[in-house]
Amino acid sequence: MNHASTRVNPALQLKLQGWRARLLIILLLTGFATLAARAFYLQGLNTEFLQAKGEARFTRVVEMPASRGPILDRNGVPLAISTPVESIWISPSEAELTADQKKQLGRALGMELKEIDAKLADEDKTFVWLKRQISPEQAAKAMALKIPGVFQQREFRRFYPQGEVMAHVIGFTGVDDNGQEGIELAQQRQLAGQPGSRRVIKDRRGRIVEDIQHLRAPRDGSPLTLSIDHKLQYIAHKELKDAVAANRAKGGAAVVLDAQTGEVLALVNQPDYNPNNRATMKGGQTRNRSVTDVFEPGSTFKPFAVAAALEAGTVKRDTLFQTGSTWQLGPNTITDAHPRDAMTVAEIIQKSSNIGTAKLALQLPAEKLWTLYSELGFGTPPRTGFPGEATGKLRAWKTWKPIEQATMSYGYGLNVSLLQLARAYTLFTNNGQLLPVTFQKRDSLPIGRQILKPATAEMMSAMLETVVQPGGTATKGQVPGYRLAGKTGTARKLVNGRYVDDQHVAFFCGYGPVSDPRFIIAVSIDEPGAGKYYGGDVAAPVFAGIMAGALRNANVPPDAETSGILRRATVDSAPSPPTPSPRAELVSVQVAKGAGPSPRLR
Amino acid sequence: MVRLINTVFNLVARRLDGPLSIVIVVLVSLGLVVIYSASGGTSFDRAMGQLRNFLVAITAMWIVANVPPQTLMRLALPIYIGGLVLLIGVALFGEIRNGARRWLNLGFTTIQPSEIMKIGMPMLLAWYFHRKEEGLRALDYAIAALILAIPTGLIMRQPDLGTSILIFASGFFVIFLAGLSWKIIISMGTAFLAFLPFAWGMLHEYQRQRVLTLLDPSNDPLGRGYHIIQSTIAIGSGGVFGKGWLKGTQGQLDFIPERTTDFILAVFGEEFGLVGVLLLLALYIVVIGRGLMIALNAPNTFSRLLAAAITLTFMTYAFVNIGMVAGILPVVGVPLPLVSYGGTSMLSMLIGFGILMSISTHKRLVAS
Repeated sequence: MNHASTRVNPALQLKLQGWRARLLIILLLTGFATLAARAFYLQGLNTEFLQAKGEARFTRVVEMPASRGPILDRNGVPLAISTPVESIWISPSEAELTADQKKQLGRALGMELKEIDAKLADEDKTFVWLKRQISPEQAAKAMALKIPGVFQQREFRRFYPQGEVMAHVIGFTGVDDNGQEGIELAQQRQLAGQPGSRRVIKDRRGRIVEDIQHLRAPRDGSPLTLSIDHKLQYIAHKELKDAVAANRAKGGAAVVLDAQTGEVLALVNQPDYNPNNRATMKGGQTRNRSVTDVFEPGSTFKPFAVAAALEAGTVKRDTLFQTGSTWQLGPNTITDAHPRDAMTVAEIIQKSSNIGTAKLALQLPAEKLWTLYSELGFGTPPRTGFPGEATGKLRAWKTWKPIEQATMSYGYGLNVSLLQLARAYTLFTNNGQLLPVTFQKRDSLPIGRQILKPATAEMMSAMLETVVQPGGTATKGQVPGYRLAGKTGTARKLVNGRYVDDQHVAFFCGYGPVSDPRFIIAVSIDEPGAGKYYGGDVAAPVFAGIMAGALRNANVPPDAETSGILRRATVDSAPSPPTPSPRAELVSVQVAKGAGPSPRLR
Repeated sequence: MVRLINTVFNLVARRLDGPLSIVIVVLVSLGLVVIYSASGGTSFDRAMGQLRNFLVAITAMWIVANVPPQTLMRLALPIYIGGLVLLIGVALFGEIRNGARRWLNLGFTTIQPSEIMKIGMPMLLAWYFHRKEEGLRALDYAIAALILAIPTGLIMRQPDLGTSILIFASGFFVIFLAGLSWKIIISMGTAFLAFLPFAWGMLHEYQRQRVLTLLDPSNDPLGRGYHIIQSTIAIGSGGVFGKGWLKGTQGQLDFIPERTTDFILAVFGEEFGLVGVLLLLALYIVVIGRGLMIALNAPNTFSRLLAAAITLTFMTYAFVNIGMVAGILPVVGVPLPLVSYGGTSMLSMLIGFGILMSISTHKRLVAS
């Protein structure tokens, strides 16, 4: 043994060189002390923090979906219902499907193998919808395969049994079950259920392992009963759709109000869409034109100016006005489509004379007209709660020039929505009271606002009745057996600031039966393109069609003299009609020639 | 009858080290209990599998314990060479599993040759220094370094950072205890530090990520930081006394990855708390203390170096695994010794203990 040599292995002298062994023991103890300290740091000092973090990883509050309240028509017929559906989702990171399983899954869900492969393409994902909103039976079939990583989730799907017929009234909901249009949007708060929630323990893969507590039970949305009558809605939809097609029109709208309560019984628009199929919802199709669009109402507005004059006492029913075919008002020329040398106030309404109306309106102070118009709700939204309600435009009377006061009296220079127009006609069905309108079923009669004296309203009604009678502008608005009243309108469209001659909107707004009014119906046909464009030719037949259906549907007894029906029927079958002709084409031709028969006044 | 029992007991227990055997059985039992919980607490499959692993391994331990150290010394070179050949075979023909080439198909079975090196490396180096004990030169250290470097390098390239660290450690302990001078240690340490930037470049991307993740786990909570964050949360949620057996939420709910193998401590820590972790550390210290005692009392250089190296490698296992799960070391694939599920590591571990026991029970014969 050579102690001096540094090359000699020290292990030979000692069992184990002392300092090395000691160093190792120190290292060992230091290392383990570090581990113990770390354990103490985690388990003694940071326990609460780490426990909270841990809990955050496994406890979850999950929603329990609530069913959206159904929407019903006034008779309880379902218009929108929520049905429970299942959605199947898959966790690609977890699922390892064999080719056989894929095939079975595809068969159960009606999916192509390629589709399934595409969904599984990204293996890092933990959540991919395989198929949404399928029937519980179909979902059960898929889940029965017991493929790991495939899960189902309960959802509710909105279904609209009436399809396009109700589309614009009801609107629709989005994928998340929130209202996006129509009543669904307007009454979101009532319809939407309150989803419940519960606290659960979920494992890393998101499977619910255990329920801890129910925090809140789901509360289903409340049902909503609308004022709409689904049969009337169907009739209105069909009549309007046929008319728009027959007239090759760009669009159209019709509103049916209950003449006594102001409830909206039907409201339809063209073009429409199927709320059950999102693919059909494009641009203008979802627009509820009757509520959201405004137009110049044309001659349908004349009754209000006339009523103002009668109310003010400046004219009587038989006051005669010089009319003619044109009238120069300063630099502007007012023309009549059915000219005569002179007309009574009643004839002005019946023949829809612009000149007569303008003259009669100019006799009144602007403020008086404005007050009536705005009391009727023009220039303010009808406050039905419907989303996007149009306000319309009614300028302050102080800015009116005489020519404007004149044109407004026959419906140019202001604009209104079809719903506003229909509502204003409640004046004539309620003894001069204006009723509020609503989409929800009323339990009691609303309180109207007295705007005209009952006598004035009654006089107006009598004049409006002549419009659909022989010699009026809307003989096609007649329904045999019933006394109806109304007013036509044909508005030229304003294109780039100029009124054009080839684009029109045809209107008719009327009601009936006159003896005890039940329905107010307003119709507009946008840009009829099949030759005819007068309100009496295009819109009045729609009015008559809807009215006939509505009267039949409500079993309303006829109130007209039967002789009228008989005479009309005789005339219709006669090969060569005597004057006055019930056929509107002839009437209008004769009227245009200025050789029309004298209207029969009651 | 009593005599028969005594004879049989002596035959079985003669070569076993009492304290070591008891602690091993306690640790493995603890492991079975935790594995049952970590595998969901409903099925005995995994725990029974581990029990089978243990029975195989303890039989191997008993056999090795009965092999005298002299025979072990003679086996050192063949085992090392055989292991090296297989490692080269892996590099050339190995099977790739999970992106690493670690397995070799021998036709009848598939093996992981790096496991052989866990025993072969300290044996050969101990044998080498035993032979050179007359006069050790700098060249001898260089050769020892080569013996250490080649398998370590092959394993690192598989890539298997965890195992290569352990094998490097087992060899380094031998060299260190053999009397590697401070000058060399310091200069090697300096060289190592200087080499670090290059080593960084040589690391695989995933290995680099692991180091970066350790420095800031929250950097990538869903990806690479996930293991560390989840395991520290689980351990920490255990608190002082733990949530109780089968009651650990993080483990039971599948939030802890690899929870029967490398990350079993997270489940253990959550369910048994600080008390459990300290108990576990104490058990390890008993094993290591007993191992070092055997080494100190070993009769010759080979036995002394080998016993110390095996013990210190065991310590390294425990330290690296606990440090990794507790979030103070990078994630490397090292199991918690005697507790984690796994047959191979259990086998090599218990063969190591068999060697320790052989050394401790044969010394009188050798010394005489």
